[in-house]
Amino acid sequence: MATAAKPKHIDRRRFMTDSARMAAGCAVAGSLLAYVAREAKALPDQAIRPPGALDEDAFLAACVRCGLCVRDCPYDTLVLADLGQDGPATGTPYFTARDVPCEMCDDIPCVLACPTGALDKGLTDIEDAQMGTAVLVDQENCLNYLGLRCDVCYRVCPMIDEAITLDLIHNARSGHHAIFAPIVHADACTGCGICEKKCVLPEPAIKVLPVRLARGAPGEHYRLGWEEKDAKGAPVVEGIIDLPDRLPGPGTDNLAAPGGYIEGLVDGLPSTPEGAFEGGFDPVFKLPEVTR
Amino acid sequence: MSTKGKVHLPVGQEALEVKGWFGAHKYLVLRRISQAFFLFLFLMGPWFGIWWVKGNLAGSMTFNFLPLNDPLILGQMMAAGHWPETTALIGGLIVLVVYALIGGRVYCSWVCPINPVTDGAHWLHDKLNLQKGWQPKRSARYWILATVFLVSALTGTIAWEVVNPVTMVHRGLVFGMGFVWAMVAAVFVFDLIVARRGWCGHVCPVGAFYSLVGTKSLLRISAVKRDDCDDCMDCYAVCPENQVISPALKGKADVTPLILSPDCTNCGRCIDVCAMDVFRFTHRFDARVEAPSDAVSNPESPNRNAA
Repeated sequence: MATAAKPKHIDRRRFMTDSARMAAGCAVAGSLLAYVAREAKALPDQAIRPPGALDEDAFLAACVRCGLCVRDCPYDTLVLADLGQDGPATGTPYFTARDVPCEMCDDIPCVLACPTGALDKGLTDIEDAQMGTAVLVDQENCLNYLGLRCDVCYRVCPMIDEAITLDLIHNARSGHHAIFAPIVHADACTGCGICEKKCVLPEPAIKVLPVRLARGAPGEHYRLGWEEKDAKGAPVVEGIIDLPDRLPGPGTDNLAAPGGYIEGLVDGLPSTPEGAFEGGFDPVFKLPEVTR
Repeated sequence: MSTKGKVHLPVGQEALEVKGWFGAHKYLVLRRISQAFFLFLFLMGPWFGIWWVKGNLAGSMTFNFLPLNDPLILGQMMAAGHWPETTALIGGLIVLVVYALIGGRVYCSWVCPINPVTDGAHWLHDKLNLQKGWQPKRSARYWILATVFLVSALTGTIAWEVVNPVTMVHRGLVFGMGFVWAMVAAVFVFDLIVARRGWCGHVCPVGAFYSLVGTKSLLRISAVKRDDCDDCMDCYAVCPENQVISPALKGKADVTPLILSPDCTNCGRCIDVCAMDVFRFTHRFDARVEAPSDAVSNPESPNRNAA
């Protein structure tokens, strides 16, 4: 009441200085807060978000850190990040596959529990989840790559023969064995982490990583010529010169002329009779017959 | 207050003598019970496997039916660019309506797990007779609240949750405490050494938000018997937001005795420490002033002279 008697401009000046001071203080504090908040966006490599989690940026805008997903996880897979550890943003849910992987519940209770949509209810089939992507990070120590038949990651995979396949590769060390290489197919991999959990090595050779770390991305303008050709049913560029392709089999004469070879005839090499390749060459020099 | 030469009685000494220990600590005890009760609700699950309430103060689900969500966090979420699902919206709305009715800052004094920490810091502050230290304006918290929304919008995150000791401590207690103790210690030390009643009274944007929520709340404290006031100043000493008292207590006859400032946390400590029983809980439409019970008891009161 006493202030009413004072000249008005004093009040205004005081208001302005007070406001300026507050604004400056808030700018400093706000910058610090923004820095910390942005730091929190860097999800560490070994922390995998629950199924249906929005991508990390959107997730941090949506997750209130209430832990309801953690409570409804029947396998105690999910935990809330603690403050100050080398984990994801404080209080947000994640799991470490090597500790407890996601068991891929059919009803996805964690997603149902989320009140805000940080875990997207659009995910209704757990097999569509993309929590992360398994990567065979260490071929040098992977038992299968050493030529042994461990196969554990392949066999425990809930998406066996889709997310992980065993592809046969020639074993150059022994010269006559096969390597049953575990190959991850990222489109089918849910990132549940069971392969990482079950890897028999003391430190797993296969690890689940956040998708952004695990995957590359093709250039937007890239087109795969053979797919385009199949889609078109004709060469993509008319009149292009197609050079002969070398086909499997012994000798140097198994070349296929432009236009390719007749399918089915390649099987059973080398007993395929000469001339079976449509448009095949007839080489001048012939290797001596191999007798078996 | 501790002017040399004067007897420095502990706050509430008179009330203690008149009303006894429980009478002089009634609302303090009730508040501690309330704080423990709300914490216990959340701890029943992890401790005893009774999952009546799941989650924490940021968001919870009671009896798998009643969602409750912190509206401040939802506000930041919207500022950050995410529209919450219906469950969270309903949960946030319920919380908003309840606190809008009973007083926003009832959250601060009856529920918030940081309140015992800052109360403890203030108790020790008093014992050690420390300086009050840095006292930013009471309005600072509103600036901070605005900053929090701004930063949320700019970074696309629920910004305050990165540092919010309130939800952090509650989450720590319910989901397992790790480094969160450091946060408790930081708030305690801040209130003890840096700024007396600093966190809850000057800084915390959660309190500022709930102040705004409870601007028009029904449940209010009124200085009903302000004419009995003997100017002992105990209510000012005990009140965490003592700027709210004067307008009601020292107001002229035509000024409402209701403490209408949204800063009031409805903690009831003024009722506790008043030997004259000046204050009581009532609703915001109850503006009556009772006649002094003993008109001769303090005829010197400047209040009445002015009136």
